[in-house]
Amino acid sequence: MAVDKGGGGVSGEVANTGTQKTAFFNDPKVRSSVIQAILIAILVYAVWSLISNTATNLSAQGKTFGFGFMQNASGFDVNQSLVEYSRESSFWRVYLVGLLNTLLVAILGIFFATLIGFSIGVARLSKNWIISKAAYCYVEAMRNIPLLLWIFIFYFGVLRLLPGKREPYGVSLDGALGYLSVGGWIAPKPIAGDLLWLTGIAIIIGIIASYFINSWATKRQMATGQQFPKGLTTLGLVVGLPIVVFLLSGLPLSFDYPKLARFGARGGMSVLPEFIALLTALTIYTSAFIAEIVRAGILAINKGQTEASYALGLRAKPTLNLVIIPQALRVIIPPLTNQFLNLTKNSSLAVAIAYPELVSIFAGTALNQSGRETEIIMITMLTYLVLSLLTSSFMNWYNNRMALVER
Amino acid sequence: MSNGYVRKEMLHELPAPDGTKGIFYWLKTNLFSTPLNALATFIALYVIYKVVPPVIDFALISPAWFGENREVCATLKQGGVKPDDWFGACWPYVGANMKLFIYGRYPPDEIWRVNIVYLMFAISGACLLIPKVPYKLPNLLFMFGVFPVAAFVLLTGGHVMLDGFLVAGSFMGPSFAAFWVDFLILTCIFIALATFIARGTDSDPMPSIRMVILGMVVLAVVMAIISAPLGLEHVETEIWGGLLVTLVIAVSGIVASLPIGILLALGRRSKMPAVKMLSVMFIEFWRGVPLITVLFMSSVMLPLFLPEGVTFDKLLRALIGVTLFQSAYMAEVIRGGIQALPKGQYEGAMALGLNYWQMIQKIILPQALTLVIPGIVNTFIGLFKDTTLVLIIGLFDFLGQIQSSFSDPTWATPVQAMSGYLFAAVIYWIFCFSMSRYSIFMEQRLDTGHRN
Amino acid sequence: MKIKLLSAVFGVAMAATSYSASAQDAKTLDRVVAKGFVQCGVSQGLPGFSNPSSDGSWSGMDVDVCRGVAAAIFGDDTKVKYTPLSAKERFTALSSGEIDVLSRNTTWTATRDTQLGLNFAGVNYYDGQGFLVRKDLGINSALELNGASVCTNTGTTTELNVTDYFTSNKMEYELVAFEKADEVVAAYDSKRCDVYTTDASALYAQRLKLNDPSAHVVLPEIISKEPLGPVVRQGDDQWFNIVRWTVFAMINAEELGVSSKNVADMKSSDNPAIKRLLGVEGTFGEGLGIGNDWAANIISKVGNYGESFETHVGPKTSLGIARGVNALWSKGGIQYAPPIR
Repeated sequence: MAVDKGGGGVSGEVANTGTQKTAFFNDPKVRSSVIQAILIAILVYAVWSLISNTATNLSAQGKTFGFGFMQNASGFDVNQSLVEYSRESSFWRVYLVGLLNTLLVAILGIFFATLIGFSIGVARLSKNWIISKAAYCYVEAMRNIPLLLWIFIFYFGVLRLLPGKREPYGVSLDGALGYLSVGGWIAPKPIAGDLLWLTGIAIIIGIIASYFINSWATKRQMATGQQFPKGLTTLGLVVGLPIVVFLLSGLPLSFDYPKLARFGARGGMSVLPEFIALLTALTIYTSAFIAEIVRAGILAINKGQTEASYALGLRAKPTLNLVIIPQALRVIIPPLTNQFLNLTKNSSLAVAIAYPELVSIFAGTALNQSGRETEIIMITMLTYLVLSLLTSSFMNWYNNRMALVER
Repeated sequence: MSNGYVRKEMLHELPAPDGTKGIFYWLKTNLFSTPLNALATFIALYVIYKVVPPVIDFALISPAWFGENREVCATLKQGGVKPDDWFGACWPYVGANMKLFIYGRYPPDEIWRVNIVYLMFAISGACLLIPKVPYKLPNLLFMFGVFPVAAFVLLTGGHVMLDGFLVAGSFMGPSFAAFWVDFLILTCIFIALATFIARGTDSDPMPSIRMVILGMVVLAVVMAIISAPLGLEHVETEIWGGLLVTLVIAVSGIVASLPIGILLALGRRSKMPAVKMLSVMFIEFWRGVPLITVLFMSSVMLPLFLPEGVTFDKLLRALIGVTLFQSAYMAEVIRGGIQALPKGQYEGAMALGLNYWQMIQKIILPQALTLVIPGIVNTFIGLFKDTTLVLIIGLFDFLGQIQSSFSDPTWATPVQAMSGYLFAAVIYWIFCFSMSRYSIFMEQRLDTGHRN
Repeated sequence: MKIKLLSAVFGVAMAATSYSASAQDAKTLDRVVAKGFVQCGVSQGLPGFSNPSSDGSWSGMDVDVCRGVAAAIFGDDTKVKYTPLSAKERFTALSSGEIDVLSRNTTWTATRDTQLGLNFAGVNYYDGQGFLVRKDLGINSALELNGASVCTNTGTTTELNVTDYFTSNKMEYELVAFEKADEVVAAYDSKRCDVYTTDASALYAQRLKLNDPSAHVVLPEIISKEPLGPVVRQGDDQWFNIVRWTVFAMINAEELGVSSKNVADMKSSDNPAIKRLLGVEGTFGEGLGIGNDWAANIISKVGNYGESFETHVGPKTSLGIARGVNALWSKGGIQYAPPIR
């Protein structure tokens, strides 16, 4: 389209004759509201035809839309559940079981991926040649292979190298650490004694007390410049105090040890091989991305910051703690939150290896058994959407709080 | 102007001080500078020793290289010929299934068609990506205009059944003719519309009419090509598989999501509240849900959304899901590029008297898109890896085809799965790593000159 | 610019709808005749029932039903196109019109027959759910499975049956449910599970995919009734009758001793029942809206029920399944077809 006399290129003419009455097409306000009205009309029509098609098709299948079926008994069993569950439980219960299993693998995955990711990220910047090269290879190997392939490699490849369920690892220890086999890790199950609640209370007291002591110490340091061994007291209060209480109350914790039976170890607490494979794959895959984020975050800090800090007389450790890390975190946190979110969403790939998380048992098994595609996919998508909106609103809040105040 | 105290000739280079060169010095500074560092070195070496040799042994030293069936890859106990403690990859299995992994069950006599598509894609893609090659614009047109149509015709064989879609169908019955009658009617409507708008804006209607006619002629040519009986055998997407499906999904996903992504990115930056809100909602929705639920939705629920009798084949459904999902991510990448442009560019464009679309088309997009090439490549890498998810809804992509080959009893051994996965991992790695290198290269190239 | 864009959008929409739009309100038979083939939904690969070969052709007992329908309508059993479907997709695919008939080892249950807008046209295989275990476990009865891990397919009746069975027998177990049959086989083969449970026929079929099929045994217990058969949409009685009578014709042919080998000779048979079956006497095809030689076509192209059974799953095949309850009613089984008269 030629610039000078294109179909819509009328601005020149109008500008020349400012007094002339503008055609209503050329009034930007009118035009924009017309466009928006048309857009909304098309959208409403699209949504309406979508809904009416769905309704027609559903009624042709003799189905109605509604969530009443969620009260019905599911009729099937699930092999990992954090809450009470049986075949008589409702589909809502199935949803809850799936959601909790998703959150379990997501939270553990986030924890380990962050831990490994930060270590690898720092290692990539190490002056030690072999460490930095090894970290580089780790990152490039992990992130350039699809996550689903990693899950398969761990589930169908690596875990299958473990011995069968009837001859597991751990026989020599008589099951003191549980049994590890292709059927997963059958671990000793901790059983709380009568006085365990005392230890729990001690932990809570420790955390509250160390919080107050720390804020007092900071205030005092601000006012007088005197330092207080914050780290040691915190450690003592949060870890030491509970241990003392635990010992004094007479070790109120016992274990239910698994025993070998016809089909492998029984009793104890079962950690599914699907869970192990999924967690490992999610952790290493995400940790590679986190490592890159951490590296970029640290590199983003101008070298002048370090030099200025040294010039002020700070040594290497306080420089890192007080100057570099706080600034690097500002760069790191937003993409890091994104990775956490990705990990949570990626946990849905468990559907390929039968770990009973939300997509696998709710959008899989429950959908098939109830035949309610529309409602169940809707609930599932909405759940992930809420999770991700919560995360991004947290991120916005954090960004606003941490944003550099300039000028 | 000579200063007497400045030396006129260069001094000889002196050798480095003792102990600052050679392998030991390098080792000392790079690996053993402090005790902690030395310890780290040893730990790293130990880990490398534990991981690398077994993998190399499995993949390159121990494996079976030649053979006809599972015997060469099984130990004596498993009914094969290898010693009982043997553990290595089974490469003949990969070799025997190579065709399956690359083309799926595409008819062997028709494989030349796939090869032509691969070749076209490789040449055009390489020319597009290498900055030094000229004719970028014609190439771009080829890649986004001619290539998709050609690939579609070659891969499926064309033969799309056209039918009336407006009024002609009601009195003519389903036929090609009905389609073209309707097409003509639609063209007339568009021309009338263009004339009407041009009249309303007091401008010459001819350019826009010409444009409508041009657009419709191009469309007519495309429709004619895909529906013409070209003598190519029809190959259903059901039997496509392997790398073919992976590439089809990845490439069409990126080609289709680019224009949608651009529109969404512009929509998100728009001053019209409704447009902006809708774009934001669309983007945030697709970014908030996992791809696998999108694929479930498109494979199970899409038939419910459509009027009765309208169906898409499975591959097309997956493509729709992937495109919707991907365009949201693409929109965010492009928005980054648009936002990075200084305000002066907009003001300059407006000062020249360009209208909105002219400004976007001639000033903003060319700059913004160039800026985000690395981002687009990264999105493509992500999409390429995400294509593996379609195996969950029953399509046989590269990984899916490898997995399904495990049930073939000819090669069933305990090392079969590991060999297959290792092969898959190497292929995916080569694709993704080279693309990410390219993206880094572009990033460095684009970076020059912008630094202050 | 805007106009160009708009026309492009229209073009795409147009192409999309015209790509495969077909009038749903027409009768299924008319549509099938118009497009020239039967679109048949099958499993994604189950030896003996519906399994693709490496050249892309399908075979099996369920496939024979599809071929039979095509032979009845066109006189040509190759006019079928197959759509492999997962357990999850199968019913939506049928009710949305994507396929004309679903012949995919689908169990006839009250819910499916009454609440999903489907009709079961007959039973081409009487099945029941069984258990596959390793021989070296030394188990002879399903009642010895207390504490076992059980692998199965998600979203099938088997998943519910096994839950019922273990609960009612007060046995502990762990259920591992996979999305795809191949994954169940892989998991079972690598000893992740001790037991593989699904329809007994499928157990025999899937056993072939194991590393060492002879090291596994199907336990004698059958814990459920699984009548498997072809399914059509509700509301099209003509099409329903065609599919239903295709199955019946194959069973009747076996009962009358008509097979693909002797069908030509049998046309001159004196037996009035055979005459009616082969369309020599009467106009039974007209009632279905197809040619009177419909059954003769089915038998000559596909064979009778017994032939189909023997070729795909019988004792001489690698599946090695005995006729059992699938024998004719006259031979101690329960396969029984109403007479053609």
